[in-house]
Amino acid sequence: MPNRRRKIDPVRSRPKAAAVATLAMGTMLLTGCGPTESVTTLTWYINPDAGGQAAIAASCTEEADGAYRIETSLLPTDAAAQREQLARRLAAGDTSMDIMSIDPPFIPELAEPGFLAPIPADSVDVFSENVLEGALAGATWKDELVTVPFWANTQILWYRESVAEAAGLDMSQPVTWDQLIDAATEQDKLLGVQGSPAESMTVWINALVESAGGQILENPEASADELELGLTSEAGQEAARIIGTIGTEGLGGPGLPTSTENTSLTLFQGDDGSFMVNYPFVWPATLGAVEAGSIDQSVVDDIGWALFPTVTEGEDTAPPLGGINLGVGAASDDPDLAYEAIECIVKPENQTEYFITNGNPPSNSEAYDDPTIEEDFPMATTIRDSLELAAPRPQTPFYNEISTGLQQEWSPPNEVDPDTTPERSQEFITAVLRGERLL
Amino acid sequence: MSSSTINKPDAGKSPNPDKAKKAKTQHSDRVKAERRMGWYLAGPAFVVMLLVTLYPILQAFFESLFAFRLTAPDEREFIWFANYITILGDSVWWQGLLVTVLITVITVAVELVLGFALALVMSKALKSLKGILRTAILVPYGIITVVSAYAWFYAFDINSGYVNAWFDWVPGIDSDLNWFAQTGTSLFVIMASEIWKTTPFISLLLLAGLAQVPDELTEAAKVDGATWWEQMRKVVIPNMKAAIMVAVLFRALDAFRIFDNVFIMTNGENNTEVLSLLAYRTSISRLEIGLGSAVSVLLFLCVILISFAAIKIFKVDLAGTRGEK
Repeated sequence: MPNRRRKIDPVRSRPKAAAVATLAMGTMLLTGCGPTESVTTLTWYINPDAGGQAAIAASCTEEADGAYRIETSLLPTDAAAQREQLARRLAAGDTSMDIMSIDPPFIPELAEPGFLAPIPADSVDVFSENVLEGALAGATWKDELVTVPFWANTQILWYRESVAEAAGLDMSQPVTWDQLIDAATEQDKLLGVQGSPAESMTVWINALVESAGGQILENPEASADELELGLTSEAGQEAARIIGTIGTEGLGGPGLPTSTENTSLTLFQGDDGSFMVNYPFVWPATLGAVEAGSIDQSVVDDIGWALFPTVTEGEDTAPPLGGINLGVGAASDDPDLAYEAIECIVKPENQTEYFITNGNPPSNSEAYDDPTIEEDFPMATTIRDSLELAAPRPQTPFYNEISTGLQQEWSPPNEVDPDTTPERSQEFITAVLRGERLL
Repeated sequence: MSSSTINKPDAGKSPNPDKAKKAKTQHSDRVKAERRMGWYLAGPAFVVMLLVTLYPILQAFFESLFAFRLTAPDEREFIWFANYITILGDSVWWQGLLVTVLITVITVAVELVLGFALALVMSKALKSLKGILRTAILVPYGIITVVSAYAWFYAFDINSGYVNAWFDWVPGIDSDLNWFAQTGTSLFVIMASEIWKTTPFISLLLLAGLAQVPDELTEAAKVDGATWWEQMRKVVIPNMKAAIMVAVLFRALDAFRIFDNVFIMTNGENNTEVLSLLAYRTSISRLEIGLGSAVSVLLFLCVILISFAAIKIFKVDLAGTRGEK
């Protein structure tokens, strides 16, 4: 290579250097990276959605008027992978964990070792005002509010009016799982439930056990080797009977062992659809499918909704509870500012907007007062009632072990037997918690 | 380097050890210089490799002696080899080992046969077609495993897949077959995807081996009236044994560490859990760093065992494929 190309004439190159420097400075100013910039940037780790959290981040940044800027950072799609990333970063003392969208069952695991910055005492009342009971329970650990409820999810019963009518069911009254099983069997239809060995399976089992008056975990706040499970109770056996019947009778279709929330929706929209337990996202998804021309308007006209089915006639139902709470990392550089930003994020009007645009129901009862909600979600009242009744999944730092153990032992649904499954899974999970077995 | 290696066999064959020693010393300066040069060239890479592999291995071994959960840092406790006892006494480990060995044996055997056939096709193809053929065969190997796993998953998935519709004329396959709901069918898809993806690699290694078989040998066999099968069995395959063994060793080590396909298709459900996935689930999902590290160390020992068995018992010569012998 000829040497002369490397030689630089200091005099001649000066204007060039000046041009480069000007360009660089211009770029820095345009991108807001100028040296004079002193706005604190807060990172908000969000779960994937339809862009609603990013929109709230932008509006709160604007409202803050230079006090802070919220930047969003995307977490993985499924809940378990989100937990893995959050836990690893928090354990490593990542200072960028300013605001985190956390799935409620994983909160105790992060709160117990002190990974979450405590909520300022004077903000506790602000954050719990008007919050629906179920959502508040999910944000609490050892009687202390450790995260801020943002949106709350719950499953309701979706049904095809034609099927319910043919079965002679009065859907204005609570219906039992057995009634649904009978209706589907008689009319040769399929039930939309989630039988895949994933988090959705634990959600189903927990809702069934709680609806039957039991609890998966008897003493959630105990240490790992003292935790006691309640699966062998009558409630646990009832849950196994319902799941086992749907599995062995083929009422979930051949796809049941791998069915998730999305696949059960596809099944429900098809010709064999009858009843389905699922989250409110199915409503905008179905309307979207009609708009896209993949399903007929008559399907939407045939859809009705009610509270999650009961296990025992005359008893209350305990629908699943999900959603997202906001937490602040203990290692965050500016936890006070982060909580200030959260105050903006969870404002009722933001929750209303998020519900309408993304289909995720508010955790604040005030947010349901907006009349526009009823227009977009005619089932908003049912959702709100469901959230009042909803039961959280076991709140323990060892939730992951319990959930994974249940998923392994209670799947596929056609092998669930009320006489053996509850006992076997209880023994297995207990041994895992005691450190005697691998998961 | 070539001169010393060419001379080596002569030295070895010499009936007189003194003479052999003399022959060796005669070349020692040159050999020494070459060896030194070799170290200068490979040394830095060797040091870097030690840093990036040895350090994590030692760290994993150290961690495996503790009961340590990432979300309970204060309860970390030194427990000697208790994690290993838990693992080796658990059916989950042995079940995982069985599935891993099964996948390794079946995929490597099938890949070897298919890869050999493809290597023959590539070596015998017309010159004008060789380029296209080699590229076409190599395409699956160029695809990222995660992507190929998703492609196979969606093809067989009961909701989105087309396999059930295309192959409903095959007995046992109909629109209601849920491939990922049973052990046998799940393992079939996992192995098929693995074979599709890595057969090109093995065929490339075998092609290199085939190229080393001198044409004179096969021609002489032909003149002697050997059939095609006899030429293969008596001339070609024995002459490329080194290449075959290296291909088998590389693929066996790779297949034993299978992760992506299982993780994406079944996540270990229906008794399809393999050892890499067990290590992942214990360390990353359960955040049980101690127990997970112990699983990783055991997995590492299994890989060492396979390499040791291949090199010592089956005498795989890693230099063989480079044409040094």
